[in-house]
Amino acid sequence: MTPDFLILAQEGAANGSAAAQALVTGLSLGSIYALLAMGFVIIFKATQVLNFAHGALAAMGAFFVAVFATIWDIPQRWLPDWPVWSTWTLSVVFALIAAALAGMAIERVFIRPMIGEELFAVAIVTLGVDIVIRAVLNDFIGTDSRPLGDPWGTGVFDLGFVRIAHTEVVQLVVTFALVVAIALFFRTRLGVAMQATAFDQEAARAQGIDVGKVFGIAWAIGAVLAAVGGIFLSVFPRRGAGLDTQTAFFVFAAFPAIILGGLDSVVGAVVGGMIIGLAQAYSGLLPWEFLGTGFSGVVPYFIMIVVLLVRPYGLFGTEEIRRV
Amino acid sequence: MRGRPLLYTSYEGDQAILNTTTKKVAAGLFILFLAAIPFFAAGTIGEEGSLPGPDFLATGDWLRLLSTVGIYAIGALGLNILTGLAGQVSLGHAFFMGLGAYTAAVLGSPAGPLWGLGLPMWVWLPAAGIVAALVGVLVAPAAVRVRGLYLAIVTLGLVFIGEYLWRNLDFITGGSQSGRNHPTFAFRIWKEEEPLIDFSADGTWFGFLNLSGQAKTYLFILAVTIGFVLLAKNLQRTRVGRAFMSIRDRDIAAEVMGVNEFKYKTTAFAISSFFAGVAGALIASLVGRTIPETWNLFLSVQFIAIILIGGVGTVTGAILGTLFVILLPRLVRDFTGWMEGIVESGDGLLAGILDIFVSTESGDFGLINTSAGVAPGLGIDQLNLVIYGLLIILFLIFEPLGLYGIWLRIRNYWKGWPFTY
Repeated sequence: MTPDFLILAQEGAANGSAAAQALVTGLSLGSIYALLAMGFVIIFKATQVLNFAHGALAAMGAFFVAVFATIWDIPQRWLPDWPVWSTWTLSVVFALIAAALAGMAIERVFIRPMIGEELFAVAIVTLGVDIVIRAVLNDFIGTDSRPLGDPWGTGVFDLGFVRIAHTEVVQLVVTFALVVAIALFFRTRLGVAMQATAFDQEAARAQGIDVGKVFGIAWAIGAVLAAVGGIFLSVFPRRGAGLDTQTAFFVFAAFPAIILGGLDSVVGAVVGGMIIGLAQAYSGLLPWEFLGTGFSGVVPYFIMIVVLLVRPYGLFGTEEIRRV
Repeated sequence: MRGRPLLYTSYEGDQAILNTTTKKVAAGLFILFLAAIPFFAAGTIGEEGSLPGPDFLATGDWLRLLSTVGIYAIGALGLNILTGLAGQVSLGHAFFMGLGAYTAAVLGSPAGPLWGLGLPMWVWLPAAGIVAALVGVLVAPAAVRVRGLYLAIVTLGLVFIGEYLWRNLDFITGGSQSGRNHPTFAFRIWKEEEPLIDFSADGTWFGFLNLSGQAKTYLFILAVTIGFVLLAKNLQRTRVGRAFMSIRDRDIAAEVMGVNEFKYKTTAFAISSFFAGVAGALIASLVGRTIPETWNLFLSVQFIAIILIGGVGTVTGAILGTLFVILLPRLVRDFTGWMEGIVESGDGLLAGILDIFVSTESGDFGLINTSAGVAPGLGIDQLNLVIYGLLIILFLIFEPLGLYGIWLRIRNYWKGWPFTY
């Protein structure tokens, strides 16, 4: 059983350019993890919530795209003359808005009442949210895959020694753009407010920052980043056929990336995501028989455990100061 | 000191597991009731006789369900010791259960295409716990170094690594395709052909008790569960238990007071894993056949749900939570079946109201979907999941002490009745 996300790497291996192909696969996989981890870290930093529902948010975002782009056919049905890529992009924008609203709604309904409770209790609430969203989504998705109707399909740039899917190029560009956008966001008024909130909620409030609004925005950003990650997880070459009931589950592999970088470091999220993605891609090339099937699926966890033993707060995480 | 149940004249009385007369009587009656359940069925005592009581409980599937409750309660007690007493959040419970189950399978199953030594139950059942506990001790150093939420995710990794191991160690687990059989409940001295007591086959005990296999299994599991409940309850009032609680409440303060954090966290992991290993071995044997995917993250989450819904840190809570979480899917199924029946009978106000919520055929609309087709609405499995998730959320938001908290409130209300204080 080869996981879908390594198919191109395997093909590359057959062509004798395995290492180069693994680099491409690893970077693209890593950028997905980086997106997911970044959203997660933003939520954690701003609201102190360990969001186990991140996988569900990712799948939900991808599902919104499937709904808008292929099921309801919005806005393509009203704009039949426009090229597919433009209407699809509009569908994605609608889906992302829906995802942002959903993220804010989750925060307002389920997380807000838990302010001041133990971090662990809040984390378990998100686990409950994850179960609910996944159950409802899986019911909608059904047993089939839901194609997202993206305009790139299975197109591939064949450079001879390496094959790069069109989606992978898009993905790297989008990820880079989003990382820059997030970096710029933290320089805006709202971004600074968010940093202040992350530092000390009460002090931020005393300075006139609407902490509730910051929480909402953080969840909206987290949900949007998760949704983008979910979309890229549901298109070629990661999952050929589209969104299915396993997509949310794949996001669990982003947890090691988050922990690796440190729960509260945005830079760490990107670095951790890339490390995990590359490690997964290259582990698919290991020739040892005894590793058995599915080894690349657990590589992230092994790396995570080893790193945590050396650095208990991840590579870039802030060490918690403990007092009696 | 009659009539003053809360007046203790000795430390023994204060520290007793059942420290009031009411508790003693209630616990005694409850255990008697549980033990009597199989005998509610007609023909279990002598030729015709039975105990008076709700005889649906004595049917095969209810006995099985109650056995499951007993086993899950053992697992939940284990997680409760780690998470509720020692305050270490673990999502890795499923891993230790799987470890126990496969240890039991290797030791207890006869040799075949898969590894098996064919040893008797008094070997494999404790061994399942001990092996899990040893691995727990191995994992503990990591857990001591890594704190809080980081620990939750490390233990999450444990489940995935475990699943990967079970899938690939197919000479032990049978692999994903076929899975493997687990030993049955039977008491043997050593490897003799005929067991002294076979808990899985119908038979007669003491010459006049006619019991089915399910009934015997149930009684066996009831006995084991009571043993583990006593163990867990007892742990809370020992030095070790108090050390766990001090670590939970403030680990540095505990260390300052001379509680060796490393030692007690390791102990907590070992004890918790022991409970999990035994529970895993029992549930695997009850089910009969498992595949590696049985021991997945959802199982861990179920246990988290159990102790949260029941009430973290209390033995009573763990038991209440298990009853609730295991019986809930059954109740949901019966309830939707009941609603479907009413809707399909098609008349009356109730049917009209329920029709809004239940869709029984494709094209119909409703929140809950009972038809096998693709009508909109949640299928029963999904409905169960949604209810699970919502219960976890709602309990955490509104009643962090869980069912035990509700019970406490009811009790205190009646204690002071008719006064409100």
